[in-house]
Amino acid sequence: MSEFMQQLAALRDDNNVAALCEAIPYARLMGVEVSTGDDGELLFQLPFYPRNVGNTVLPALHGGLIGGFLENAALLHLIWHRESLEAPKIVDFSLDYLRSGRPQTLFARCEITKQGKRVAHVLIEAWQEDRRKPVAVARAHFLLTQ
Amino acid sequence: MTATPANAQVLETMSALFVSLPHCATLGFQYLGTEGRKPTLKVEWREDLVGNPASGTIHGGVITSLVDTTSAVSVTACLPDFETIATLDLRIDYLKAATPGKAIYCRAECYRLASQIAFTRAVCYHDDPADPIAHGVATFMRESSRASMLKEGT
Repeated sequence: MSEFMQQLAALRDDNNVAALCEAIPYARLMGVEVSTGDDGELLFQLPFYPRNVGNTVLPALHGGLIGGFLENAALLHLIWHRESLEAPKIVDFSLDYLRSGRPQTLFARCEITKQGKRVAHVLIEAWQEDRRKPVAVARAHFLLTQ
Repeated sequence: MTATPANAQVLETMSALFVSLPHCATLGFQYLGTEGRKPTLKVEWREDLVGNPASGTIHGGVITSLVDTTSAVSVTACLPDFETIATLDLRIDYLKAATPGKAIYCRAECYRLASQIAFTRAVCYHDDPADPIAHGVATFMRESSRASMLKEGT
C-alpha cells in the first residue's frame, strides 16, 4: 500500500473529508470542496472561479473541467466507501452534458451502483441551483485489483 | 489525397480561441498544428495537475479536458464557416497509466460532420499515437448558441 493511500486512510478514519480532497493536487487547482451532507453522504462543491471558464462569451464552465470535477468526485467517493486501501484505477468514464455550467457553484453527488470483487460502477450527477435540473450526468468504471 | 481544413481561417481562429480559454490556459494547453484535418494539442506534466501524489500520475480530468478541447478543434477543421459548438457527450477509455514527468499529446479527428451533430474520436499518447494512453469519443451539437464564441461577433 502506498504512503498516499495510508494518508487517505488516516483521513478517512478521522472523518476528515476536506483534507482528503486537499491531498489531490488537481482537485486543489480546480478548487473542489467536499463536505458530508445531512444524510452522511459526500457532497462535492466547485465554487465559481474565472480560471475554470471554457466559454468567455456566455460565460460557461469548461466541459472538460466539469468532467474532471465529476471524475474526481467518483474516485473520492469510492475511496471513502471502500474498506480496501488499494487505489481504485479508472477504466472508463462517460459523461453526458445536459445544460451549460453557469458561473456559479457546481454540486455533485455519487452513488456506487455496484461494487464487485474486481470492478466498481459509480454514477455521478452534477447540478447548480436546482438538483432536478442536472448540468451533467456521468458514470465511471474503476478497477479495484492491481 | 490528404484532406485540408474545410475553412483554414475557421480552424486558425477557433484553435487559437480554444487553447486560450481560461481553463485551457490554466492547464497550459498548446496547439501544435493540424495535419490534414487532425489537430494535435500538448500538455506538459506539472505537479499541480497530478491526481495521485504517490505515483505522480496526471489526473484523469486533465485528459478529459485535453480530449474535449482537441476534439472541438477537430470539428472546427471540418466547419465550412464560423459557428458555435458544444460538447453533448464524451467517453474516455483509460488504456494505461500516463508516465509521470512526460508531456501528453492528443490528436483528434471529426469523422462525421452531420447537419446537427459532429462525431469525433481522439487518442492521447506520450511518444507514439500507436501506443496510446487514452482513447476518447465525443459528440458535439452544432449551432449550439446564437451567441458567437468570438467576442468580435464574427
